Amino acid sequence: MTLALETQGLVKTFGGLTATRDLSLKVERDARHALIGPNGAGKTTVINLLTGVLRPNAGRILLEGSDITALPAYRRALMGLSRTFQINQLFADLTPLETIALAVSEQRGEGMHWWSSLGRDATAADEIGLLLQRFHLTEVMNARTATLPYGKQRLLEIALAIAAKPRVLLLDEPAAGVPEAERQDILAAVASLPRDVSVLLIEHDMDLVFSFADRISVLVNGALFVEGSPSEVARDPRVKAVYLGEAADA
Amino acid sequence: MPWYEMPWRERTGIVGSLYDLSRWRWGEMLFWTLALMAILLFPHRYLILTEIAWLALFVLSLDLILGYAGIVSLGHAAFFGVGAYTAGLLALHHIIDEPVLALLVAGLAAMVLGFVTSFLVMRGADLTRLMVTLGIALLLRELANRFSDITGGFDGLQGIVMQPVLGLFEFDLFGKTSFIYCLVVLFLMFLLARRIVHSPFGLSLRAIRNNPLRAAAIGIPVNRRLTAIYTIAAFYAGLAGALSTQSTALASLDVFSFERSADLLLVLVIGGTGYLYGGLIGAVVFKLLQDVLATWTPQYWQFWIGLILVVLVLIGRERLHRWTRWGPERIKTILDARKSAAVAGEKTP
Amino acid sequence: MTTFLTILFDGVAYGMLLFVLACGLAVTLGLMNFVNLAHGAFAMAGGYVCAMLVNRYGLPFFAGLPMAFVVSAAIGFVLERLLYRHLYHRNHLDQVLFTVGLVFMSVAAVDYVMGSSQVFINLPQVLQGQIDLFGVGIGRYRLMIIVICGILTVLLQLTLARTRFGSQLRAAVDDPRAAVGLGINVPWVFALTFAFGSGLAGLGGALGAEILGLDPHFPLKFMIYFLIVVTVGGSSSITGPFLASLLLGIGDVAGKYYVPKLGAFVIYTMMIVILILRPNGLFGKTAVR
Repeated sequence: MTLALETQGLVKTFGGLTATRDLSLKVERDARHALIGPNGAGKTTVINLLTGVLRPNAGRILLEGSDITALPAYRRALMGLSRTFQINQLFADLTPLETIALAVSEQRGEGMHWWSSLGRDATAADEIGLLLQRFHLTEVMNARTATLPYGKQRLLEIALAIAAKPRVLLLDEPAAGVPEAERQDILAAVASLPRDVSVLLIEHDMDLVFSFADRISVLVNGALFVEGSPSEVARDPRVKAVYLGEAADA
Repeated sequence: MPWYEMPWRERTGIVGSLYDLSRWRWGEMLFWTLALMAILLFPHRYLILTEIAWLALFVLSLDLILGYAGIVSLGHAAFFGVGAYTAGLLALHHIIDEPVLALLVAGLAAMVLGFVTSFLVMRGADLTRLMVTLGIALLLRELANRFSDITGGFDGLQGIVMQPVLGLFEFDLFGKTSFIYCLVVLFLMFLLARRIVHSPFGLSLRAIRNNPLRAAAIGIPVNRRLTAIYTIAAFYAGLAGALSTQSTALASLDVFSFERSADLLLVLVIGGTGYLYGGLIGAVVFKLLQDVLATWTPQYWQFWIGLILVVLVLIGRERLHRWTRWGPERIKTILDARKSAAVAGEKTP
Repeated sequence: MTTFLTILFDGVAYGMLLFVLACGLAVTLGLMNFVNLAHGAFAMAGGYVCAMLVNRYGLPFFAGLPMAFVVSAAIGFVLERLLYRHLYHRNHLDQVLFTVGLVFMSVAAVDYVMGSSQVFINLPQVLQGQIDLFGVGIGRYRLMIIVICGILTVLLQLTLARTRFGSQLRAAVDDPRAAVGLGINVPWVFALTFAFGSGLAGLGGALGAEILGLDPHFPLKFMIYFLIVVTVGGSSSITGPFLASLLLGIGDVAGKYYVPKLGAFVIYTMMIVILILRPNGLFGKTAVR
């Protein structure tokens, strides 16, 4: 099988602190891969390294076989690597309609078009409409994003990542902080992601991880600890020890 | 099934909503009708009207980078000054006598400077940006001062005689031609700006202002976009500077002054950022205010300008604009209520 | 050679003066991340207070200097409590607008009260003329500036590094919430710091009247210099702004002597180049937000 995303010997240090040590991770094409680990294991650092927010001290990152280690964040996005953020990173003054229209037009390579108005193109308008509908955002599409309820913002966060038509999608704790009532919408949205998109899910919520993933990697202290199918990981005594240890600390 | 028959389209009204974003509103038409009527209504105030017109163009330029892209500049006068001196020198030495052509060349000169300096401005964060923009304007002022044999130093360029616009319209004593000329340029440039801000490019700028991190994450090359709008804005500022020279037949060192850049910020925040008309309304209010204050207290009017700035910030710009919008919105709600009442009335037999 | 030494000496005096003028801003802008373009107004206030006391009421110059400090610090304290503290959490645009407004007001107000012409402070005989040191002509006034500013710099460094107030300030700047948790009265610390910085600026304004010139446009004329000191110096310590001040002082004096045609051009170019190469300042390590 071919690889969608691969890291080779990735290292990231902050001053004297090593956040990622010699991480070699393989995400297969069309995979539903989850990256889990106790608090402070360095999961978000990994996502930031993959997407180009941070630069690694050593190691390489390959997206579908091509080296993207030195590329800026926006180039990686254009090559099909998309992400959501653990804490919503949205455009507060834009409406969901504008937000999605923006992502669609960028994806279509129209970002520098300054003479045409938005969405005059029928296929683009279709895409925008379908995305808003799929993520239950149609009825709030003309409200300022900042005024939306948290659950809707969370949906927009995912819709925005999907609008970029990714080949590999990184989900950083998509259900974090979502109130119980709106949780189902998020879970449904995650479950109905297109099959041809490879997904790397970073999550704390074990129910979500085990219902979603077909492969799980456990990160401890910035290094790969255990990797395997959900049942293997669930049975692994070392994983239990790590999580129990964390529970005992807390 | 063809796209326009797809069922969800009717339900969501996507196309309509997208179209609404850039639709001309009645308020806008009213604004420009009033601007046009000013030619007939105030025949004795052409001087101040002309100043308002080129100031409005200058503010429009700042709104493009500050209101849309979020770049705070303390030295926008740099581009104004380059435009002003270019237009002045072209006319003084009879290099290009036709004003419109000279105007374009002046704008392009400022644009080149904008493009080159944009890389310096993009380099740092907010604070560094403030310093670099301020530094560039001061540097140009210093240069203009040092090369006083070319720029006329503190006395400025003198003896400029303007030729007729397009070879047809003579500049008259009352300033009617000047005003119409400036107003036409302002309107055309406004149309262009309106086009730009409602385009995908314009939307990406607003996204960058809101959240550059996320903008990059969806594939927007942030610095490239900022460079583009900074360059465009420099062109606008250059045009404004050139118009000021052409309409007054004068250009002096104070085109580069810090006070000009600072006043510009004030003008923009008076009207509000990020919807284009803020700059235009701000220009009208500021000039009228300045006119009143200067007659009332000619030497110390800057005190009151300063006080306005302080009060504006303390009250909060957003709150202030909510208050000013309260009136029109109240009327609209009442009208809407009447309309729906009327519709309901028709339905009940 | 002797001219070179004289320039160096004058440059050092000028630089140290700039440091005293700007170090208050180094704290508000550099550490608290508040863009205070009106910093020069406090310096101007000190200068005018000293000039008035000395010229009009015959107070000795050395008594006028502390008064300049006290009055500017008092103004700073009142303004901080009344106005500035509401703006710490606003964005930079609001801070710029607000402080530019204050500058405009102070310029017009001083012009109204004191007139627009340049003011000189009557100096005692002791401070006039030059003394000869190994064949190098040394201005007495500049020597005094170096002595006073040198003492102040050392005291400042000690205050920040050794005293309880210094550590409270550092804690308050690093993490205001944690500092509150530690029982530090953060608003009070900020107010005192602001007042102290304004006082130093006032003292600098009084000291600098002779060298920099004092007129109502002082805050605008020297704004860029203060900002250069802080942004080029960086915000990680007080040493950065100090070195930046010296560099700026020597650079400006030497530039005006050797290439008078270029004037301030040298300084502005230097600043832009440094900021391009080191966006966080020449001596700065911490990132400026």
